[in-house]
Amino acid sequence: MIALSDYLAVSGGLFAVGVYGLVTKRNAMRLVFSVEVLVNAANINFIAFNRFLWPAALGQTVVLFSIALAAAEAAVILAIVVVAYRIHDDVDVSQLKNLKG
Amino acid sequence: MVDITDAVFIAAAVVTVGGAIAALEAREIIYGAVGLAGSFFGVASLFFLLDAPFVAVFQITVYIGAVAVLILFTVMLVREEGWFKDSPKALAQAAGVVTAVALALSLVLSFTGSALANAPLQASAPSFVGIGQILTGQFGPILEVLALVLAASVLGAMALAKVEREGSP
Repeated sequence: MIALSDYLAVSGGLFAVGVYGLVTKRNAMRLVFSVEVLVNAANINFIAFNRFLWPAALGQTVVLFSIALAAAEAAVILAIVVVAYRIHDDVDVSQLKNLKG
Repeated sequence: MVDITDAVFIAAAVVTVGGAIAALEAREIIYGAVGLAGSFFGVASLFFLLDAPFVAVFQITVYIGAVAVLILFTVMLVREEGWFKDSPKALAQAAGVVTAVALALSLVLSFTGSALANAPLQASAPSFVGIGQILTGQFGPILEVLALVLAASVLGAMALAKVEREGSP
């Protein structure tokens, strides 16, 4: 029998991996990977809470929206990374200082 | 005794977290993208275990079919040295590992310690019909806005990535 806490533990581990990537990586593509991992960790929580605590399919619907938004976001981020690479010849985010205040 | 559901759960959990770690730590970013696709697949199998087959198939279609392929395509299209180097400082690396372990420990301990940890399953799993009713009823306006957001983001991505050539109309 798999309890709610098991799913939440997997989600917490995945979230920690995503935060690790955001903290340490400087390559823009790795940052995109980290963000996708974080979104997936949150989605697991939605589905698990929906299955254990709520009879209607509200959480599943929210996850459908979340997946669609993550896809749109990935397309835009990838386009921005390509443009930044074209301008700077680099995808190291610590070198991209045009927007620095 | 481990029954088949538990075995599938453990395998899915290992694939999910291991794929995410491989995505961030693989030397070549291409292999990282493949690891990320593996992680998405593990999450989809967790959704299957949670009786959400519709969301699981949606996850496979959109994440593995679109996002992972888009990332792979972008990485291979712009196949340049600059994309592959990634050399975090040792101090930042250590700080990241400590942060991640502390975060994972605190999250897992608070989840397992909470009163929700042993909540019983709902009597019946949410059905497709329920998703459709919520999507077209209560969430109808949001669905429309989401369609606009998707269109705008795809148009924006295309406009950004377009190569401006001298003399082109």
